[in-house]
Amino acid sequence: MAAVLPFKPAATRETTAIALNDVSIEFRARGRPPFKAVAPTSLTIADNAFVSIVGPTGSGKSTLLNVIAGLLKVASGSIQIFGRRLDGINRDAGYLFQQDAVMPWKTALDNVALSLEVAGVHREDAQGEARAWLGKVGLGRFLDRFPHELSGGQKKRVGLAQVLIRHPKILLMDEPFGPLDAQTRQIMGNLLLDLWAADRKAVVFVTHDLEEAIALSDRVLILSAGPEAHVIGDHRIDLARPRDAADIRIDARFHEIHRTIWGQLKAEVAKTYGADG
Amino acid sequence: MTRIKLLALQIAVGLGLIALWHVGSTVPIFGRTLLPPFFFSTPADVALRVVQMIAAGKIWPHIGTTLTETALSFAIGAIGGIAFGFGFARYPTMAAVFEPYIKMANSLPRVVLAPIFMLWLGLGIWSKVALGVSLVFFIVFFNVYRGIQEVSPVILANARLMGMNERQLFRHVYWPSALSWMFSSLHTSVGFALVGAVVGEYLGASAGLGYLIHEAEGVFDTTGVFAGMVVLAIFVLAVDVAVTAAERRMLRWQPGREEARA
Repeated sequence: MAAVLPFKPAATRETTAIALNDVSIEFRARGRPPFKAVAPTSLTIADNAFVSIVGPTGSGKSTLLNVIAGLLKVASGSIQIFGRRLDGINRDAGYLFQQDAVMPWKTALDNVALSLEVAGVHREDAQGEARAWLGKVGLGRFLDRFPHELSGGQKKRVGLAQVLIRHPKILLMDEPFGPLDAQTRQIMGNLLLDLWAADRKAVVFVTHDLEEAIALSDRVLILSAGPEAHVIGDHRIDLARPRDAADIRIDARFHEIHRTIWGQLKAEVAKTYGADG
Repeated sequence: MTRIKLLALQIAVGLGLIALWHVGSTVPIFGRTLLPPFFFSTPADVALRVVQMIAAGKIWPHIGTTLTETALSFAIGAIGGIAFGFGFARYPTMAAVFEPYIKMANSLPRVVLAPIFMLWLGLGIWSKVALGVSLVFFIVFFNVYRGIQEVSPVILANARLMGMNERQLFRHVYWPSALSWMFSSLHTSVGFALVGAVVGEYLGASAGLGYLIHEAEGVFDTTGVFAGMVVLAIFVLAVDVAVTAAERRMLRWQPGREEARA
């Protein structure tokens, strides 16, 4: 374990963006015992840190993210966002969903501008800003397209611009590149790294793809198989930045880290399938 | 198939049917006319009558009446449907309480209401408008209600995280979704508005295309009945073209409507 040091919170002096204190999550359905999705978990995520959460299917990764976003209520424990207790929707967070969340009845430009308009920015100013952001994500020529006229990757770019234009202090991403093909994923990964490097904020990135997690992150958390999922691994990724999400995968250090974490993750994935049959 | 070829075939089918009608009603076969003109009239007579009606100008007030009734039925029915659709989606308890009554009212054949409306509102346009509204309301209502419930939870979550308040959610999420459902049923609801107007006129009125057909029927004027139907068909076609244009404009963002961008 010399290669990958366990994460030591005491060693860092950064501000804490997200703090989970004994948070547990349950789903209640009438006539059935409550389903304990996530066991009491404590965890802090530093400002400026890019943290990935990986785990087998059904391990509650997305659930954890929804709780941080304020979309779901916790069963017990509390969440602090920049030291303030979270109650309701998390106003400091931008959320990039796995599914398409852009509005199909608005053009790319209107979708991105809307993000500022709801905050009270004047329409023309919002549109100007939106135009700039769509340029940054490489969609400068597609401003007037409706979502159905864009490819999957392009729609994700619109979503990314829509989230980032508000400059959220925390960026939550739920397998955002899941439905995309391998090449597009790497391109999107690099785009994300570029945008993040320009304006470092706390990122929580949920994925089932360990390679993607290592390539992008400073820290990778492993969630156990559900129910009652909990954090079973916490790994620092000491690969140098800036990185290239594609090239880094042939780095020897990358392989070393991957081997260590995969050893742990594999056992959990096996449990998920073992439980079924 | 090219557009021209398609159009040529479409016209050919129409001409073929008219030719059959013409031969059947004017040329005796083995000493018998298959379609006696007393019951079927003849294409030439009908065409002449249509031209006469248009040339004499007496058709326009009737078309105007039917159009007014259709437009009023649609407008009032749509406004009511939208209001109730949003209300029910917003207050589920109210929706649950009223559900059996809505279903009951919707399953009632609306024609039986026509005499009641006539008693209440007289023979003028309003009894026809009421009949049309009773048909349009339910179509719009069900579609708007559905449109609000079918909003993707992801889009809703995204909108809430964007910081939208209730008013903004209504304007940017619920309203466009409900409208898209309403517009996708536009052909049906406008069609029903027209049915309400014509059936109402048919049952008792002093103007309108339905009235015209009914009058001709009353004196066994088959040519007049057919001429009225031809005018009605042309009228319906024109309304349909207008509806299609409106629909293309409003639903430009939906897949499969790229041609609308041209």
